[in-house]
Amino acid sequence: MNTFDYVRPATIRDAVAAAAEPGAAYLAAGTNLLDLMKGGISAPTRLVDVTHLPGLDRIEDLPDGSVRIGALVRNADLAYHGDFARRFPAIAEALLSGASGQLRNAATVGGNLLQRTRCPYFYDPASACNKRNPGAGCDARGGDNRLHAILGWSESCIATHPSDFCVALVALDAVVEVEGRAGRREIPLETFHRLPGDTPDRETMLEPGEMIVAVRLPAAAARFAAHARYLKVRERTSYAFAVVSAAAALRREADVIVEARLALGGVAMKPWRAREAEQILAGAPANLSLFRRAAAAALAAAKPSGDNTYKIELAQGLVVRALTLAAAGTPERMPALPGSPFAASSGVRTHA
Amino acid sequence: MNFSISLTINGARRNVELDDPRTTLLDLLRERLDLTGTKKGCDRGQCGACTVIVDGRRINSCLALALSLDGADVRTIEGVAQAGRLHPVQEAFIAHDGLQCGFCTPGQIMSAIGLIQEGQAGDDPERVREGMSGNLCRCGAYQGITAAVLTAQRALAAASRKEVA
Repeated sequence: MNTFDYVRPATIRDAVAAAAEPGAAYLAAGTNLLDLMKGGISAPTRLVDVTHLPGLDRIEDLPDGSVRIGALVRNADLAYHGDFARRFPAIAEALLSGASGQLRNAATVGGNLLQRTRCPYFYDPASACNKRNPGAGCDARGGDNRLHAILGWSESCIATHPSDFCVALVALDAVVEVEGRAGRREIPLETFHRLPGDTPDRETMLEPGEMIVAVRLPAAAARFAAHARYLKVRERTSYAFAVVSAAAALRREADVIVEARLALGGVAMKPWRAREAEQILAGAPANLSLFRRAAAAALAAAKPSGDNTYKIELAQGLVVRALTLAAAGTPERMPALPGSPFAASSGVRTHA
Repeated sequence: MNFSISLTINGARRNVELDDPRTTLLDLLRERLDLTGTKKGCDRGQCGACTVIVDGRRINSCLALALSLDGADVRTIEGVAQAGRLHPVQEAFIAHDGLQCGFCTPGQIMSAIGLIQEGQAGDDPERVREGMSGNLCRCGAYQGITAAVLTAQRALAAASRKEVA
């Protein structure tokens, strides 16, 4: 690990000023950043420790019915916040399907949005990676790429964004509040992460020095509480990143879906909102053939970036199951294995 | 440049001078404070051998920068036995053979203490396994570990009922 200057600002304004220097990085829990620094993938010359800043660890109800989650709220505190989890069960399930108990106790909301891809070529300094070293090439193309992107990828980069939390947030129209030297502004989370294009090293819409201070959910996001799930296919049923994942949230009136939200994870370098599928679902009676049509629409633009054609069908199947389970209703208690697409007990069919 | 931080470790206040900002909590405990019960396995947050409890929460000490934890309360495996008596989680690991080589055990025990405090697993073995998934055991003592967590949880609940009564 390279050495660095360590600064611990007392205010957000001081933090933003300190982080505007080239080579500076914000430090929150460090669960991703320290790992990257130990591997020589990130080498910030200055760490701006934001963990001692006051007021960023709150979950607040705002007068307009929206909910504001401070950037330093820990994953576990959000997922186990009773009122929050009741109103946004798919977000709680997404959080609890990710990482481990130890990591969720430390990792923050802001850090989750800014976590880096888990592409093994990005993590290996001996491999060519346009994200780590612009212009170097991409060893994932033609490499071991069965877990890579099927949507929104480019010749420069086929990595995926690893977050579960962001997938559920994007489905529910979350907004990111950021503060920079020019003041505070808001960015819809759906447009916060950038697709790779020719500049895979530019991953978000943040300007140098800008800091995430909160994530906000609009009042309308709570209307899906009765029919919301986050499902995640992974290579182990716990403590593994998504191969593909899906957040599905529905509003039902009798058998008819009044409104639908759908987003996919593990498929692109950003959480992938499936708006065409949402339109197909809206106003239609909930049934398997509808869910299959929605799943086909969600993946209509998908194409393999390597040895990962299977992910398209896998994602379609997962969308169908997520919609089926969301339509059946949010479980009263968080499942023992959050996000698991499999039945809790063997022999029980969870799909039609 | 030297940095001065203050931590409470197993109940005792410690003032520490750090000459390197890169020092993780894990390295501080093992290399500077001679608390080698906390183990370094992967050093990348994947194995859980370095689990300690900071401000009441189990975390991976290998991914925590010591400087950032200035003022924190840290509990390690050295601090869980009280007055010569093993912690109920330690007793349960012995009773259920929740270990073989023992390298992961301090992390397993600290993680189990944290999990029981979190109170989310109840008496469901599946929830215990899920809650302990951040602690790897290369010997494969998982069955004993799960049984130990459940037994220790019952023992702690009984003890707290006794205290209230």
